[in-house]
Amino acid sequence: MTTEQLRPDLKLIADLIEPGSRVLDVGCGDGELLDWLVRHRDVDGRGIEISQSGVNECVGKGLFVIQGDADNDLAEYPDQCFDYVILSKTLQAVHRPRDVLVSLLRIGKKAVVTIPNFGQWKVRMSLVTRGRMPVTKALEKTWYNTDNIHFCTILDLFDLLEAEGIRVREFVPHTARGQRLNIGRMRANWSADQALFLLER
Amino acid sequence: MNRHTGQQATLFDAEPLRLDGGALLSPVTVGYETYGNLNADRTNAILICHALTGDQFVASNHPITGKPGWWTRLVGPGKLIDTEKYFVVCSNVLGSCLGTTGPGSTNPATGKAYGLDFPVITIRDMVRVQAALLDHLGVGTLMAVIGGSMGGMQVLEWLTTYPERLHSAVALATAARHTAQNIAFHEVGRQAIMADPNWHDGRYYDHAAKPDKGLSVARMTAHITYLSEDALTRKFGRNLQARDAVSFGFDADFQVESYLRHQGSTFVDRFDANSYLYVTRALDYLDIAGRHEGRLADAFRRAAHVRCCVISFTSDWLYPTVENKRIVHAMNAAGVPVSFAEIDAPHGHDSFLLDVPEMDHMLTGFMTAAARARGLEA
Repeated sequence: MTTEQLRPDLKLIADLIEPGSRVLDVGCGDGELLDWLVRHRDVDGRGIEISQSGVNECVGKGLFVIQGDADNDLAEYPDQCFDYVILSKTLQAVHRPRDVLVSLLRIGKKAVVTIPNFGQWKVRMSLVTRGRMPVTKALEKTWYNTDNIHFCTILDLFDLLEAEGIRVREFVPHTARGQRLNIGRMRANWSADQALFLLER
Repeated sequence: MNRHTGQQATLFDAEPLRLDGGALLSPVTVGYETYGNLNADRTNAILICHALTGDQFVASNHPITGKPGWWTRLVGPGKLIDTEKYFVVCSNVLGSCLGTTGPGSTNPATGKAYGLDFPVITIRDMVRVQAALLDHLGVGTLMAVIGGSMGGMQVLEWLTTYPERLHSAVALATAARHTAQNIAFHEVGRQAIMADPNWHDGRYYDHAAKPDKGLSVARMTAHITYLSEDALTRKFGRNLQARDAVSFGFDADFQVESYLRHQGSTFVDRFDANSYLYVTRALDYLDIAGRHEGRLADAFRRAAHVRCCVISFTSDWLYPTVENKRIVHAMNAAGVPVSFAEIDAPHGHDSFLLDVPEMDHMLTGFMTAAARARGLEA
């Protein structure tokens, strides 16, 4: 069981989680990350997931997941009741990203946020050359049917975090396949598909 | 015809049951059914809690109507709640009328039926009787307590009152309190019963005629709340009952009228009018947060070890998703491990009793994981 391979982008998140901690995964999907953390890092894991099929998959794995979303269901959790709150590739799909970010660090001591980087060169070039909203592998839906309503670039997120007084403990830009890029935020904003932020108040 | 009328236990004969309302009750007879066998470790017991007009015949034929048990869809050999694997217990709630002490039972002080001398009871009182029944059956802790609607409320009271006896808990289509609208519908039902001239202030047990009309109207009103508007429309629309045109009279012109009248008239054969008053009152008095200065989370603080599952249904307007989510949020705040889903189902409140594959899917996953965590083989 310990040989199970976690998807590389999820592994980047898992590597940040201290064993035995309390973890809330917001938008946990089929529970792949949470299940791995419960079994290999002995975490007390909880999830929030919007889809019925995702909830059912999670419950079948023995996970505790409530059907809901980041906009509506974070408010009810008490302050600092988790060691980590994970929001993986979901920030761009929430209605109030700023409120959600603040909630993450109200209910969690730390937050792990990953975003698709809208500032990446391929996205910029797509807009410049095609003159239409970019559709890339990571952002594969068109503007009128996408759930992703609040795109930002890596630099945008840094700006918001600074404005909110949120500290970035770790910044891990990476490729779509989860390969780390050892570059700073400026270069990452140009070349990284995605980025992971470990946040703290 | 020789029908199985179920098992009975007499409890609280030495020490009376102290009710939430302050009254003492002794003895208390409980009608119950069991399915399957308790294992050597006594770890496989499941308590199923029935709804307002339900009964202990969850997976066996009803002794009066002869109909199959009310949850044979899920309970039985090889089914989701597998009676070859689990020891399943279901008992008739306190105040009801199918073998358990209620207003129709004989008051030992007078030798006559209690009628309105029966003390008003609460959901928690029902749960106290269930706990005593489990003691009687040699069941210490439950692998799971499961119920929908009023059964779900009993599950919540188990979590607040006897959390140390629980491994897991499933509450379906339920609420931790009765809202003004819930109380209002019940009041209409009670007033219908009390307006029936055959009710005689509850002392009708010696009379040949029972307050059937009133009880029937109560049932008809309540039945509307168990279905969704959409379900009624799909089932009946404005279809006429065995006629080509409206009669310009007050017969059951419409199929929906005929259906409701049938629901009402068959209900009176199996339910006691006074029991209906008492059990609906118990529901109306439910306000778990009210016992904790409005903080529902405080009610669940001692249940942080219990694996919980809460399910609501999109078309349920009796105990809608918002009420179920209040429970879930309180559990989360109390650190109780809970899974929740609002399942898309068109049937209204009764969805929890009907064929809803997504519910089965979620419950199967939950029960399998709970059994594994309990050390029971899947």
